[in-house]
Amino acid sequence: MLILKVLFRNAFRNKLRTGLTLLGITIAILAFGLLRTLISAWYAGVEASSATRLVTRNSVSIIFPLPHFYKDKIQQVNGVKTVSYGTWFGGVYGEEKNFFANFAVEPRSFLEIYPEFILPSNEKENFLKDQKGCVIGKKLASKFGWKIGDIVTLKGTIFLGNWDFLVRGIYRGRDKDTDESQFFFHWEYLNEISKKVLTLWANQVGYYIIGVARPELSGDVAVAIDQLFKNSLAETLTETEKAFQQGFVAMSGAIVAAIQIVSFVVIFIIMAVVANTMAMTTRERIGEYAILKTLGFGGGHIAVLIFGESLVITIMGCLLGVVLTFPATKVISHELGTYFPVFNVERETLYLNFVAALIIAFVAAIIPTRRAIKIRIADGLRRIG
Amino acid sequence: MAIPLSYNFRNLWTRRLTTILTVSGMALVVFVFASILMLAEGLQKTLVETGAYDNVVFLRKGSNSEVVSGVTRQQASILETFPEIAMGPKGQKLLSKEVVVLIALTKKGSDKPSNVVLRGMDENSLFLRPQIKLVEGRLPRMGSTEIIVGTSIARRFKDIGIDEKLCCGMRDWKIVGIFDAGSTGFSSEIWGDEDQFMQAFRRNGYSSVIFKLQDSSEFENVKSRIESDPRLTLDVKRENKYYADQSEIMAKFLRILGISLTIIFSLGAIIGAMITMYSAVANRIAEIGTLRALGFKRRDILIAFLLESLLLGFLGGVLGLIFASFMQLITISTMNFQTFSELAFSFSLNSQIIYMGMAFALIMGFVGGVLPAIQASRMVIVDALRAV
Repeated sequence: MLILKVLFRNAFRNKLRTGLTLLGITIAILAFGLLRTLISAWYAGVEASSATRLVTRNSVSIIFPLPHFYKDKIQQVNGVKTVSYGTWFGGVYGEEKNFFANFAVEPRSFLEIYPEFILPSNEKENFLKDQKGCVIGKKLASKFGWKIGDIVTLKGTIFLGNWDFLVRGIYRGRDKDTDESQFFFHWEYLNEISKKVLTLWANQVGYYIIGVARPELSGDVAVAIDQLFKNSLAETLTETEKAFQQGFVAMSGAIVAAIQIVSFVVIFIIMAVVANTMAMTTRERIGEYAILKTLGFGGGHIAVLIFGESLVITIMGCLLGVVLTFPATKVISHELGTYFPVFNVERETLYLNFVAALIIAFVAAIIPTRRAIKIRIADGLRRIG
Repeated sequence: MAIPLSYNFRNLWTRRLTTILTVSGMALVVFVFASILMLAEGLQKTLVETGAYDNVVFLRKGSNSEVVSGVTRQQASILETFPEIAMGPKGQKLLSKEVVVLIALTKKGSDKPSNVVLRGMDENSLFLRPQIKLVEGRLPRMGSTEIIVGTSIARRFKDIGIDEKLCCGMRDWKIVGIFDAGSTGFSSEIWGDEDQFMQAFRRNGYSSVIFKLQDSSEFENVKSRIESDPRLTLDVKRENKYYADQSEIMAKFLRILGISLTIIFSLGAIIGAMITMYSAVANRIAEIGTLRALGFKRRDILIAFLLESLLLGFLGGVLGLIFASFMQLITISTMNFQTFSELAFSFSLNSQIIYMGMAFALIMGFVGGVLPAIQASRMVIVDALRAV
């Protein structure tokens, strides 16, 4: 207990310096936590994917459609429970910067296959009945102030023209990582108009979502589906939802990697700052260390004092940083909600914060400790200032 | 008389460890700042250089990339009658009708698929893009399933090389050549005969029509003709503008990310500088008293300490920029959000980034040093001399 008291007393002998160092660590831990959260937000789609869902797309690439009649064939494959399908609509509300994901889906099977989208039963009934109806996420609704009964007009970038939708329901997410900023409407509505304006997409769908009965069947089902359409005009590629989402993340992998590297750079910056503080502290106290040595304390004792002080400062800064991370993520998720619909601090990030703090504390103390231990008593006592 | 600069140098040298640590903190901040700006700059440079000022691109109204655009055969033949089109060496009109689709190819190393642009060209396409040079093999024969690939694709994707085959659209496409288009977006594309692509991918229209203007001032004429002709539901842009627009969102994203990161990081570095300078002042109270007693003014002391702090910033800036300049050797390849396809680009340093990095470093030095310097200059001579 005594040693802890000594460490705290020592740490706050120079209040200004320690205060500044603490502030620096707090900022660094905050930045580190936010960057890790940003990376995990990138992977939110992967995390939210279910093991019992498969995605089938055109094997050439995602921009090519698949015929609508594949649905019945897929349904016959052994192990398939539900088949749903949809098309990326790519509509824009007003300006392009108001981006949100919008899909044309087959509503009944869609809601069945995605139990994490929770829709009140009366809203569900209304949505199913109205072909021009749409369902939107809670976050999206609050962002644009849309209410049930409102008419929302999207401008199509792939399917040209202005499209009107009547908001029939607002869903909320079952899990923390469910994306609450999507927009869904009836595929039939899209198809009716495609037949007139974009015949390439008439009776075509962008992807199939397949619910399998048990997760362990997914490998066999995927192979069976792709086998079914081998050598046809539109060959398919079926993978688990997780792999599909991972493919998207991997496409912008270089950016994620860059953020990852940068998140470690901040640790190095703060390491330099803390090491600097410790170097100055020990430099000032060389005389004291010489006295301690004269009294018979060994190098180990001095090392404990320096490492302990470094640890006291970093851990306190880390705690402050962690506490501040939560309100900061709230602000950011509000500001960047368009890009990252799911922005939550993961438990792993918190652990990493503490690991980072420990590493900073130890690395920062190494050189100063070496200096303090190596000093000869006579030299230490002779030195002033 | 001002305090000589060598006094500052010597002081920094005496506290080497502290100096090194402070400078390296700042250098890291400048490095991150410069690198991210270089990345955004590289992306923009690549896409701006892709297009030529005199070439004009026609896309379907409302579509912002060739992938989602569509130009019907009828519209294309109306465009062919425009008098503004430049003539080629063989007396042909320099107009090309192109079809663009995305295919998923597997990347080397990660084994993950990535979207690559497949561009169907006609005999004029290469005249419109003189920057494209064949580096290996030969050009594809028109009317065959032969293709050529850009150098960035050849380098980064699996099983891409001369005599290799790509399979998609129920056909095998034979790679007969590799072309280099410098640091432009075309280096990340695959080219082949458009008629073959249209059949294989069942397209009944083109994705875009591009032609070269006879006289670059005629752009406005073309634009107004397009707008007044109800058959032409098309948008027209100069080619360089078209590609520059594609870099906008991503470059903006990178810049915002870069600037907000560096502001946060710089707080850390400023604190580092402040700690160093406060301790430099605290350790030298007696020295400051002596200097004052010798007749140096308060202002001289203030300037001396500020200079020392600025020196720290300067060293950090130089070091950070030196490291950042090595990043120019690195090329990264990632998906452009706007076109949904792979694009390779490198970090690119320009004088503006150097100035900004340096200014940033000096500001960090200044902000870190100003409070300690004021403290030093305010000391009373007698008290300072009495301090041990």
